[in-house]
Amino acid sequence: MPLEPLLWLIPLPPLVAFFVILLFTRSHRRLSHTLAIGLLAVSWLLAMIVFAGAVRTGGLAEHPIQSSIPWFPTGSTVFSIGTLIDPLGAVTLFFVAWTLLAIFVYSVGYHNFGQPRGEHDTPGLPPHGARSMDASGHGHSVPSVEPLYSRFFAFISLFAFGMLLLVVSDNLLTLFVGWEIMGLCSYLLIGFWYGKDSAKRAAVKAFLTTRVGDVFMLLGLATLYAQTGTLSYRTLFSHEVLARLVETPSYIPGLSMAALAGLLLFMGTVGKSAQWPLHVWLPDAMEGPTPVSALIHAATMVSAGVYLIVRCFPLLTAGLVHGSSFTLSLIAFIGAFSAMFAATIALAQNDIKRVLAYSTISQLGYMVAAVGIGAYVAAAFHLLTHAFFKALLFLGSGSVIHGVEHGVFHTGDHQVDAQDMFNMGGLRRRMPITFATFLIGGLALSGFPLITAGFWSKDEILADAFGHGHLVVFITLALSALLTAFYTARQITLTFLGEPRSEAARHAHESVWTMTAPLVLLSVFAIAAGWVGIPEHFPGLGGVVPNWFHEFVGSTLGEAPEAVAFSAVPLLTSIGVALTGLGLGWLVYRRVPAGAPDPLARALGPVHTLLKNKYYFDELYDVILVRPLRWFGETFVYQWMDRGLIDGILHGIGRLAGALGSFFRRAIDLPIINGFGDLVGESTKRAGRSLRVLQTGRVQQYLLIGLVNVVVVGALLFYLSALRP
Amino acid sequence: MVPLSWYLIVAAALFCLGLYGVLARRNSVAILMGIELMLNAVNLNLVAFWRYLEPARMSGQVFAVMVFAVAAAEAAVGLALIISLYRLKRTVVADEADLLRG
Amino acid sequence: MTIAQVIFVVISAVVLVSAVLVVVSRNIVHAALWLILSLFGVAALFAVLEAGFMAVVQVVIYVGAIATLIIFAIMLTRREMREPGQQTHRWWPLPALLAMALFAGLAWLLGSLPGTGAAPPALAGEDPVLLLGQALLSPEQYMLPFEVASVLLLAALVGAIVIAGDSR
Repeated sequence: MPLEPLLWLIPLPPLVAFFVILLFTRSHRRLSHTLAIGLLAVSWLLAMIVFAGAVRTGGLAEHPIQSSIPWFPTGSTVFSIGTLIDPLGAVTLFFVAWTLLAIFVYSVGYHNFGQPRGEHDTPGLPPHGARSMDASGHGHSVPSVEPLYSRFFAFISLFAFGMLLLVVSDNLLTLFVGWEIMGLCSYLLIGFWYGKDSAKRAAVKAFLTTRVGDVFMLLGLATLYAQTGTLSYRTLFSHEVLARLVETPSYIPGLSMAALAGLLLFMGTVGKSAQWPLHVWLPDAMEGPTPVSALIHAATMVSAGVYLIVRCFPLLTAGLVHGSSFTLSLIAFIGAFSAMFAATIALAQNDIKRVLAYSTISQLGYMVAAVGIGAYVAAAFHLLTHAFFKALLFLGSGSVIHGVEHGVFHTGDHQVDAQDMFNMGGLRRRMPITFATFLIGGLALSGFPLITAGFWSKDEILADAFGHGHLVVFITLALSALLTAFYTARQITLTFLGEPRSEAARHAHESVWTMTAPLVLLSVFAIAAGWVGIPEHFPGLGGVVPNWFHEFVGSTLGEAPEAVAFSAVPLLTSIGVALTGLGLGWLVYRRVPAGAPDPLARALGPVHTLLKNKYYFDELYDVILVRPLRWFGETFVYQWMDRGLIDGILHGIGRLAGALGSFFRRAIDLPIINGFGDLVGESTKRAGRSLRVLQTGRVQQYLLIGLVNVVVVGALLFYLSALRP
Repeated sequence: MVPLSWYLIVAAALFCLGLYGVLARRNSVAILMGIELMLNAVNLNLVAFWRYLEPARMSGQVFAVMVFAVAAAEAAVGLALIISLYRLKRTVVADEADLLRG
Repeated sequence: MTIAQVIFVVISAVVLVSAVLVVVSRNIVHAALWLILSLFGVAALFAVLEAGFMAVVQVVIYVGAIATLIIFAIMLTRREMREPGQQTHRWWPLPALLAMALFAGLAWLLGSLPGTGAAPPALAGEDPVLLLGQALLSPEQYMLPFEVASVLLLAALVGAIVIAGDSR
């Protein structure tokens, strides 16, 4: 079967679902989610067919599955849009399709489908729960269904469209379109509970912060298009075009056009993948419903940023020929810094989702750093495994929150924060499936040796960093891996192990099957996804399974980078940090009684406060950006400039004029001018009355006047141009 | 042999006649007829240019087909407007629809 | 004058004379009938230009559809069959003068245009209708405008029904 037409169809079903749900089936919950999941399943099926076909195609990198049509002519060239699946695209398509499917199904349970409608629920606020009677006439409160249930499915369908569009597109412009659609959906979904002030603020913050990156990215696209006249990957990343870009100097001295465009595109990644210094939006984005956090902020949207730089890797490395590695160094720095920086913050967070949010920033930093040191295959590998295990963790945390909320409803004590890990504990007995899957996700995140996917991908990044001699990056990443293992162990220990620290946790309840089934599915991938990329030279296991991932994705650029020689240092490091971190975390948090402070707070003292407040970055931005801007707007422009200066001048003039006026009125106006004024007034009135005739409301007269003008001006122009020699 | 300029002159004449009709007639149906004449003049030009300058490329005829489509749409909507105007004011004289008079 | 020129002059005369009658005849029904003749003449000119498809389409769309539409509109908008009052504006000489000026200008410009006296090149071996069909329906050429035109027609159809439809 030819795969090219299928490729075009992949993004479309969710778009149909979005419109149909929004326009027609809004009031019908079951129909809405059936539509959304059913149509996404169609996309999923198509994606799997394409993926299977792509894997079977020999030499996919040289002859990717692609087709394009001309979209619009731009002067002498024609802008084509099209679809393309090469090895990188195929792998991305694979994990995007699976995680989307899992998250869609999960959302049904998460939004309490099948539960009664709450009496006090209002659209735009999370459901408050409902009273229900059981058979014996005993009333108790249960969770209630989300008031805007169908709308949620419409939004995530639109989001799925954006993500799939981004993956299958063959050029940067449609990639950008998908990118922005996701940005919009991210805004809509973070602010899904728009009745909550914090959610509203978080939505605006996410939108505006990513916008900073997006503007730079658009500039990058414009630069590339202006320089090369094309945005399609195949042409753009061909040797001739890249060579031309490298040789053209840019507007900034010392930077070639290639470097400039690469930097600008990388800014887009910084915004979208929440890298320092634009990382501030992602933790706040946890205000959205948990499937949203998993969907947008773990598996797909933030991955798009990394996908972009992996995609543009030829552009980023183009300058290397001329020895200019500024762009790559910057990328490596930002990535490694973000990895370390976010990992430290995650140590001190108590909100189960916020820990994961900072962990996401940190893991994305890993990938970015990997691209920065040239290990783009390792970055893509980590992208794949991270999407699975981080989606798993987010969905698991949602399940935990749901379980604890169930307990909150049961006890009736609504003061308990269902997201605070210090209110949990001992959930392993109450929620066994969630515990098992969360444990798998957590181990994968911390890189538990040999069995988890996270180990293989993280190990590959570390090995590449070490093998290519980037020692600083290596040490930073190894340290943050240690921290990662530590905070993961902290999270698992606080949440699932030990004894319950609140009544709510004691009465928590396992979630419904629509929530646990995706967890099980993702946990399979969180383990198995690593086996496709076991290095060949790995002692014992290497060569048992061929290092399929490296060959497949590595061929994307035509020339597979040499696999680094095996070295025991990174391997032992990565095993060591994972086990040490996990062990330490478990030891420290093994016995935390209810109401006790964080043991780490005592140990670290003021540093802990610093971490807990996220290095005061929000406050810093508030002081250096938000306040000055607001002050500029409100105080400077409005109060001083507008009210004080301009109004003051106007008032002064007004008063002066008033005084002068009354003087003139008595002295000159009344006796002399009035007569003249009346004359002017009268004549104006008369002129108006006579000119009014022109405004006849008759179409043909207007036409006639227009035509006379055309003829006269035309003749005049012609005459003038004839005069010129 | 007929030179190209003859066709162009005929088309120009047809266009100017249509223009006169549009500007001078009071009946709105007659105005529409004038517009049809003008559109036909354009088509005549397009086809003549096609025949004389670029017979191998079909752009001229394609444009003429587009003009056909636009003319059909214009006639349908225009006449619908006239009928609607007639329902409202019992007249088809363009001048009497002067709600916008100053 | 050659035969071709004679034929051309005769058809052009029919076109122009009936066009004049379209814009001057007092009876609007007569004007519509003259319009049909004039459009028919344009179709004949298309045929002379070896654009057979255009000629047929001209007859079908203009002479067939649009003219019928116009005659229907005339019938639907007349209280009595008698022509009421003046058919042109009081200030009709102004447009007349303007149209003539425009024509004079265009004719002068055309006269000074180079290369308009050359003979038409021979048609390619391919059938023009075939070529036109390919041009309209191949994605490399005009498929998108063609499809957009169909949407335009649909919109016009809906619009006409909405505007003219009885609101009661």
